[in-house]
Amino acid sequence: MYIIESGNVAAAIGVKLARAQVIAAYPITPQTPLTEKLSEFIESGTMKAAYIPVESEHSALAVCIAASTAGARAFTATSANGLLYMHEQLHWAAGARLPIVMCVVNRGVGAPWTVWNDHQDSISQRDTGWIQIYVNDHQEIIDTTIKAFRIAQEVNIPVMVCYDGYILSHSHMPFDLPDQKLVDRFLPPYNPEDCLDPKNPTNLNSVTLPDVRMNIRGELAHGYMELRYLLQEDLRRSIQVVADVEKHYKEIFNRGEGPYLEEYRCKDASFIAVSMGSLSFQLRVAVDALRKEGIKVGVIGIRLYRPFPDKAIVKALSKADGVIVFEKAISYGYMGTLCSEIASALYKNAKTPFVHNYILGIGGRNIRTEDLVDALRNSCTKGKNTDSADTLGWIGLKI
Amino acid sequence: MGTRKCNQITSTGEPGPGDGGKTGSWRVLRPVIDPNVCIPARKNINACFICWLYCPDCTITRTIPPVIDYEYCKGCGICAEECPTKAITMVEESKFSSKG
Repeated sequence: MYIIESGNVAAAIGVKLARAQVIAAYPITPQTPLTEKLSEFIESGTMKAAYIPVESEHSALAVCIAASTAGARAFTATSANGLLYMHEQLHWAAGARLPIVMCVVNRGVGAPWTVWNDHQDSISQRDTGWIQIYVNDHQEIIDTTIKAFRIAQEVNIPVMVCYDGYILSHSHMPFDLPDQKLVDRFLPPYNPEDCLDPKNPTNLNSVTLPDVRMNIRGELAHGYMELRYLLQEDLRRSIQVVADVEKHYKEIFNRGEGPYLEEYRCKDASFIAVSMGSLSFQLRVAVDALRKEGIKVGVIGIRLYRPFPDKAIVKALSKADGVIVFEKAISYGYMGTLCSEIASALYKNAKTPFVHNYILGIGGRNIRTEDLVDALRNSCTKGKNTDSADTLGWIGLKI
Repeated sequence: MGTRKCNQITSTGEPGPGDGGKTGSWRVLRPVIDPNVCIPARKNINACFICWLYCPDCTITRTIPPVIDYEYCKGCGICAEECPTKAITMVEESKFSSKG
């Protein structure tokens, strides 16, 4: 059944269908309608869950950490500075290997204060050990929210589902509503082997010494470094798990694209534009315009950002002459984070396409499709000789 | 001989002596009980045990005489501070290690 709703409501319905048991969130624009909808579901009795009001985003995730440790399926959502405020608990949730799911409704970060969309908030949480998936329409919001719970509990790693503030969160679009019975088939209840048990007290994540040690039974136990190694190992392993979960979802619901990236007109493309989130759909329009001019260009939208699916990305890009990365975030002092990672992944290849980087849409700056066409045409026609090979191109900058 | 076979992905452990590692190695000052001053040791009765009560790491036994477990005693000195008869002296750890 198709319904027309906002992206935030799509996410809320996804959380309800996933039968999350504990919700703790603090309202922040543009995430607010998502948590409001969840509280409505719980208040009206259509969703059986505990909604725990908190005084901050830090506490919101702390509640989810406690709930998840107790064996409950936990969900939170935030944006921008709220996500930054969670930062310490983000590392904790990943280190404690808790399958929490969070929607990040992407928004620029202060200062100066902004409420509009870019990706700086979640990109700045890249190294916290969370899985990050960027989606580009309402159908993907609801489907990926449901999938995220499955991925998280398969690998015991928390998952962020990131979608663009306003562009997706507040726009209304039709999407297919997954059937509850099918969701239940796809997503079994969360029954962890190890969770808080008053009859069997344990120490959890207390001071862990630099070196390995014997536990009280005389068995050799991990030191800090081994546990952090396992987080990295399991994140790399989860690249395959994400694909398996996508496949399983597709078998039941008969929809879904590649697990790592979505390709558009890439088969014969000499040049490939790359982006994340809703921007990849806008780039499709630019690509169509350039195809009419005879420029063989395609676009890929990267869905899985962490763990970084480097092999799939290299496979998709290595045959091209040029790769043009459009980003709504920047690693200040260097370049776009995604671009530097793509360049790094391609470096291992014998044939390396030129890589250009454009920063755009920062703090909600309007992204005009004709500007995307101009930038792409410039990169495709001038190739390695353009300035942006050495310096960043900024689209829409009026300085 | 690695830790992989311990089959855990987080730092969890049953509470008990040693779950935080052998913290005795952190000690700079070692509490030493003088049995000639300590009440239960001197009078051979179950009395006092203020040191046992106050030790934050439960490294002192409620026995005659009280015994300190130096594998876990961090040398905080609370026992020496609280002992009503001043039977416990904090001695520089280097004085023990130099002997052997």
